[in-house]
Amino acid sequence: MSPTYYLLLSALLFAIGAVGVLVRRNAIVVFMCIELMLNAVNLSLVTFARINGQLDGQVMAFFVMVVAAAEVVVGLAIIMSIFRTRRTASVDDANLLKY
Amino acid sequence: MNVIAQAAASDPVGVGEAVVFWILGPIALAGALGMVFARNAVHSALALVGTMFCLAVFYIVQQAPFLGFVQIIVYTGAIMMLFLFVLMLVGRDSSDSVVEVLRGQRLAALTLGIGLAVLLVAALGRSLTSVTSVGLAANGAGYSGNVTGLGALIFTKYLFAFELTSALLITAALGAMVLAYAQSKGHAKRGQRATVEARLRGEHDRISPLPGPGVYATANSVATPAVLPDGSIAPESISAIIDATPVVPVSEPHHDAHALTGPRSPDDTTEEAR
Amino acid sequence: MNAVLAQATELPQVGPATGVASLAWLLFALPAVGALVLFVAGRRVNAWGHWLGVFTVVASFVVGLLIFFETLGLDAAQRTRELSLYDWVAVAGLNVHFGLRIDPLSLTFVLLITGVGALIHIYSVGYMSHDPGRRRFFAQLNLFIAAMLVLVLGNNFVMLYLGWEGVGLASYLLIGYYQDRPSAATAAKKAFLMNRVGDVGLAIAIFLLWSQLGTLQFSAVFARIGQVSTPVLVAITLLLLLGACGKSGQFPLQSWLPDAMEGPTPVSALIHAATMVTAGVFLIARTSPIYNLTGTGRLAVMLVGVITLLIGAIIGCAYDDIKKVLAYSTVSQIGYMILAVGLGPVGYALGIAHLLAHGFFKAGLFLGAGSVMHAMHDEVDMRRFGGLARYLPITFVTFGLAYLALIGFPGLSGYFTKDAIIEAAFTAPGWQGWVFGLAAAIAAGLTAFYMTRLMLMTFFGEKRWKELRTADGEEYHPHEAPPSMTGPMIVLAIGSVFAGFLLTYNHVLATWLAPSVGELVEPQTAALPHTAVSILVLVLAALGVLTAYLVVGRRPTPVERPEPVSLPVRAARRDLYANAINETLIARPGTWLARALVYVDNRGVDGLVNGTAALLGGSSGRLRRLQTGFVRSYALSMLAGSVLVVAALLAVRFA
Repeated sequence: MSPTYYLLLSALLFAIGAVGVLVRRNAIVVFMCIELMLNAVNLSLVTFARINGQLDGQVMAFFVMVVAAAEVVVGLAIIMSIFRTRRTASVDDANLLKY
Repeated sequence: MNVIAQAAASDPVGVGEAVVFWILGPIALAGALGMVFARNAVHSALALVGTMFCLAVFYIVQQAPFLGFVQIIVYTGAIMMLFLFVLMLVGRDSSDSVVEVLRGQRLAALTLGIGLAVLLVAALGRSLTSVTSVGLAANGAGYSGNVTGLGALIFTKYLFAFELTSALLITAALGAMVLAYAQSKGHAKRGQRATVEARLRGEHDRISPLPGPGVYATANSVATPAVLPDGSIAPESISAIIDATPVVPVSEPHHDAHALTGPRSPDDTTEEAR
Repeated sequence: MNAVLAQATELPQVGPATGVASLAWLLFALPAVGALVLFVAGRRVNAWGHWLGVFTVVASFVVGLLIFFETLGLDAAQRTRELSLYDWVAVAGLNVHFGLRIDPLSLTFVLLITGVGALIHIYSVGYMSHDPGRRRFFAQLNLFIAAMLVLVLGNNFVMLYLGWEGVGLASYLLIGYYQDRPSAATAAKKAFLMNRVGDVGLAIAIFLLWSQLGTLQFSAVFARIGQVSTPVLVAITLLLLLGACGKSGQFPLQSWLPDAMEGPTPVSALIHAATMVTAGVFLIARTSPIYNLTGTGRLAVMLVGVITLLIGAIIGCAYDDIKKVLAYSTVSQIGYMILAVGLGPVGYALGIAHLLAHGFFKAGLFLGAGSVMHAMHDEVDMRRFGGLARYLPITFVTFGLAYLALIGFPGLSGYFTKDAIIEAAFTAPGWQGWVFGLAAAIAAGLTAFYMTRLMLMTFFGEKRWKELRTADGEEYHPHEAPPSMTGPMIVLAIGSVFAGFLLTYNHVLATWLAPSVGELVEPQTAALPHTAVSILVLVLAALGVLTAYLVVGRRPTPVERPEPVSLPVRAARRDLYANAINETLIARPGTWLARALVYVDNRGVDGLVNGTAALLGGSSGRLRRLQTGFVRSYALSMLAGSVLVVAALLAVRFA
């Protein structure tokens, strides 16, 4: 058991989040999968801070959290306004760029 | 998998931490998997909340208590609640169908996901075989505490990033307000004259409102049908889903001035009895 | 094979042109300007255009005469002069001057071209008087005269080639003069294409000369020709011979000449009897220093000449079209000239003498045929003639004199010139003397036969045309030609009678031409002695006349061509299958090749280009399906890309 296991867990969570982005159709669930990916990265940052004995990793994780918060706010507002006009929250319905 | 053997780490992972990891790690994984595979969106959100709790514990265990609590308060408490709010407003009904529209998407996603996981794990395993963990046990690399250390770093070394992030937050809040602002109906209200004209021209099925229920003379229920001047029942006053109470003919009223005070003479009781 | 006559001829000294000769450029400039004016001015000058055409050629003849007399006044050694006009091509490695070589050979041809040309121009005024395109005719005729003069006067091979191509162009224009006749257009095309085959030979010979010697001026080439190795020399002579075959209608390129009779009769007279077809003989005579060095080249020339004179004579016996018979006669006579110049220094002058005499009597024969056609409403089938002597007296007399000259009647031109060639043929060494001599003699007999047949069918016998009607359904009214037509015919008849004697008496022409083609060499040995040959030829000619009289003159000539005929006649009617062979060996494979190439071009090249376009279009059509519009597909490709990047990084890091 060593801190490396945290990194492995973080990698697994990241991969699961990536798969979720590709597979789910509800826009909000996709958003949540992205949040999972950010959290996985946060875990790895904190672990590296611990491995290297410096707080810089934690500071970065902190900033990640802040930015994630801002992003969630704006993203959900966008989803809501889309829902208002199109009455759908499915990602597949936003396919106007189709050939 | 090559794992760091018992290299002489100044911060070895203790037994307690190992136990916490091996219990909460799988739970975190399960939450992540549950989030991805749950049919109901709200179930997904809750699974993610569970994962985030586990992660918060990991942060605390790895000598990042501030971050751990911030994770719980901000991330789980605020952000995930925001998610749930929006889910309730918007996405609750739209559950994903099982049928996948894009051909090969699921297979490709699975393959790539597994590939990515394998690559990252292999890379980590290869590169970290000889890394020794230093650890923050000495109270965050020279600072008197975790929070103090974080504060010092944020406000000195990462000041510029901090200022930028603040600006970002303000912008995000403003932007969300603008985006989510639901404008009232743009069209002007119809005036009274226009409403009347429209109604007389046949906008609805009938020009006048439906007749109300019958007069509460014989019953006090809204299911009492109204009576037309010729004594028959008005059909529009009957509700389709409630049984109508029967109409009772109203008897001729006999006004008795002494009804309340009692009979004056014995020959008045017959009328009273009637 | 003759021994190589190394430098048998001494090259003349070339001096500058002074005096009248300095105006020699007028010779071709006048007709060239005439042609230009008549072409450019168009219909506006229709009233007097033809007189301008006549004037330019007559003026050119006058200038030629003046230069001729001036040259006569000089010593033999000074008679070769050059006049340099300007630097035409001046690049590193090739210096070509636009200059004129005024020597006896070129002056002879100048006089022939302008003299006979002037006569035929005057004849054409009357012959073409009913044709609305007469001005165009004279423009093209002037163009021809100008080009032919450049050909004979040029002092380098490039000018010769310029004139060569120019006369080919003029011939094409004039053969196809009757633009409403598809047969005329086809004949013009055929003439041009077969000429082209010969021109390729001439062009390659010029390339070889330049690559070997670095210069194309005649004087320099002839001086240094000895430096060229023998195989290349033989190649050059054979290629020059190919060019001559094309232009002069020799075997194997002879089949365009009879078809060229589609053009108006003056054209046939001028171009395809007197001048253009003699350009091949001129070429071989002009390049005599080259031919003197190779016996193989000369043998090839002689073979071509002999074959041609035989086949021309054989085919001429079977045709009923008067112009075609005369055309094959031309082919045959030029074969004689080619045979003569192939004999080497023994025969150059003889060939030129026969050329001059032939120019007179063949042109006279053609003009006479034109007069007959003019009288018989443009009919050419001799089976519809008969007994015309009384109706066309002048034509009959001039035609008859030219006929006698051609068959070699003693005393007239052909007797002196053609017999000289046959005698010279017998002097070729070894088997060649017998073969060439006998062939030439037999052909002389055949010549007599077919020409007599022609005379009998046309001017004698019963008047078959009385019962026949023209193509328009009218009766024939044969009448004599107007003076503008009979005048030139009379002049040419006089020439036919006296030209041969005057040219060969005392070797006058040979002495005159010595600076250009070398001294006339008297042959040492002969397979048959001189007098025996004369008697043989006379006997054969008489036999020919007699046979024609018996076969044609004594029996009535059927108007319809008799059909079941013997094999030789059948073969001769199909011009000895020359056209059929050309068709099978060259035309059909050529067409097949062209079709195959078109197919390759359409499928291959176009397929490649269009296929590339289709490929791009198709692939872009497929590729655009990648843009599904689904965010998840885009996310999938992003993830795939990042996985690849990670894999690459790790591979680099850990490999």
